[in-house]
Amino acid sequence: MGSRRTWAWPYVLFLVLFVVLPLILILIYAFTNPQGHFTLQNFVQFFSTIGAINTFIYSLAIALITTIICLLLGYPAAYIMATAELKIPAVMAILFILPMWINFLLRTLATVELFNMFGIPLGEGALIYGMCYDFLPFMIYPIYNTLQKMDRSLIEAAHDLGANRREVFTKVILPLSAPGIYSGIIMVFMPTVSTFAIAELLTRNKITLFGSLIQRAFGEGGLQMWNYGAALSLIMLLIIGLTSFFGNNEDTESNRSIL
Amino acid sequence: MKQQLTNAQQEARRRQRDLTLRQVAAHTYLWFLLLLLYAPILLIIVFSFTKSKVLGNWTGFTVQLYENLFTGYDSVAQVHVDPNLYHSLFYTLLIAVIAATCATLLGTLAAIGIHNMRQKSRNAIQFLNSIPMINPDILTGISLFLLFVFLGISRGLVTVIIAHIVFCTPYVVLSVLPRLTKMNPNIYEAALDLGATPGQALRKVLVPELWPGMISGFILSLTLSIDDFGVTFFTKGSNGLETLSTFIYADARKGGLTPELRPLFSLIFLTILVLLVIMNIRSRKQTKK
Repeated sequence: MGSRRTWAWPYVLFLVLFVVLPLILILIYAFTNPQGHFTLQNFVQFFSTIGAINTFIYSLAIALITTIICLLLGYPAAYIMATAELKIPAVMAILFILPMWINFLLRTLATVELFNMFGIPLGEGALIYGMCYDFLPFMIYPIYNTLQKMDRSLIEAAHDLGANRREVFTKVILPLSAPGIYSGIIMVFMPTVSTFAIAELLTRNKITLFGSLIQRAFGEGGLQMWNYGAALSLIMLLIIGLTSFFGNNEDTESNRSIL
Repeated sequence: MKQQLTNAQQEARRRQRDLTLRQVAAHTYLWFLLLLLYAPILLIIVFSFTKSKVLGNWTGFTVQLYENLFTGYDSVAQVHVDPNLYHSLFYTLLIAVIAATCATLLGTLAAIGIHNMRQKSRNAIQFLNSIPMINPDILTGISLFLLFVFLGISRGLVTVIIAHIVFCTPYVVLSVLPRLTKMNPNIYEAALDLGATPGQALRKVLVPELWPGMISGFILSLTLSIDDFGVTFFTKGSNGLETLSTFIYADARKGGLTPELRPLFSLIFLTILVLLVIMNIRSRKQTKK
């Protein structure tokens, strides 16, 4: 029995080399200058540049708005699919999952083309629409999943004990679907707060998001900007860490692995 | 008595009407959302059957773009379709197959090891395992970019494959672990007691038990790898290596998509639709059994 424990060692080594060490490198780069000396200058630069701070807050706001819209649109859809006596629920579920399997760049570009065709200008509205469009399935799927697994007899019990439809929803169904809501929020918020390609394509580079700021530091900034980019990455890592800390991790993982 | 009956009937009828009304509203809402979700996709599919450079400008039905896509040559305009489209398609598939295979082997071995560990070290490794799943692609990409620079490895095909193994393996571990928990832990020992070498016991006992989890981990890895943009973008280097995602990104930034991408997109969409329907029918048959 004991010797099979060693079978995990190659992967542990792999994780240390390609997951832990790279994250440590971000930490080191963030707190050093290009000459390799310790400095806080990268963070000072971020917190003293109004443009950078504004971009950061703006990105958080856009991600938050996208997540809320996806939740408001997605919950009813998941609820209907999981509970209503539809004739074709399986087909519906497939249709809602299908877009998740298509490359998000292609989907984003398809939206861009749609806006162009109808002469709608690209900008903030297009950005939020496109983000919701890209990530709505990621909200619907986990909620649908938890609602479907829900024990129906609990609803009947609540009805029998005198609860009206509204009470059944707020006191029974909503709390029971909370894990799905958590994972949905995480699966929408995480990619929207960190994206750079979607914003570039949907606004023709008119709007810069925090992700684009990081990408530019590494892409166009040259060696001098890497340390600054690492500091920005560390700030994003903090946001991601906080979000996943508050979310229900195990459920999110299991939902992702079903995708 | 008669009056009561009609009252009850009326009540039942009213309920029935309420129910159908709610159902109609529910259906309408779902179809409205689906219309929003599929409008852009349908637009691309429709305009894959016309030859105009920009979408929305219908210049008559033709399968010219499909012909161009398959022959690599536009016989009307007498120009070649961008060869990078085919290179990127080839590398997308190559990277996906290699990365998914490595991730499946590495992840299955790791799952067996983790399953036999004590709770404490198991938790530690599972935490490490969850990092690449939680990390957004841009952070995975940048951290690996810094690593390859730090180690002095020039970026290219190998670094992209390593990066893809990094974010695929955790999902393989997670799809194999439940199979191990369900499995009778004694059959591996029994095989050893009956004289099998550890290698034989692995091939003849463990692998057949874990196979379904390995397959779903492999398929998931394939789709994750094919879909990836962010990680590939930071680890591919500047030697001209492109996957479909990075090709599309570069193409879109240059302004205007290569028209042949429209039929390609339509074909990919159709393939995924058919695959999903088949998978759904198969899993429903299995649950019925």
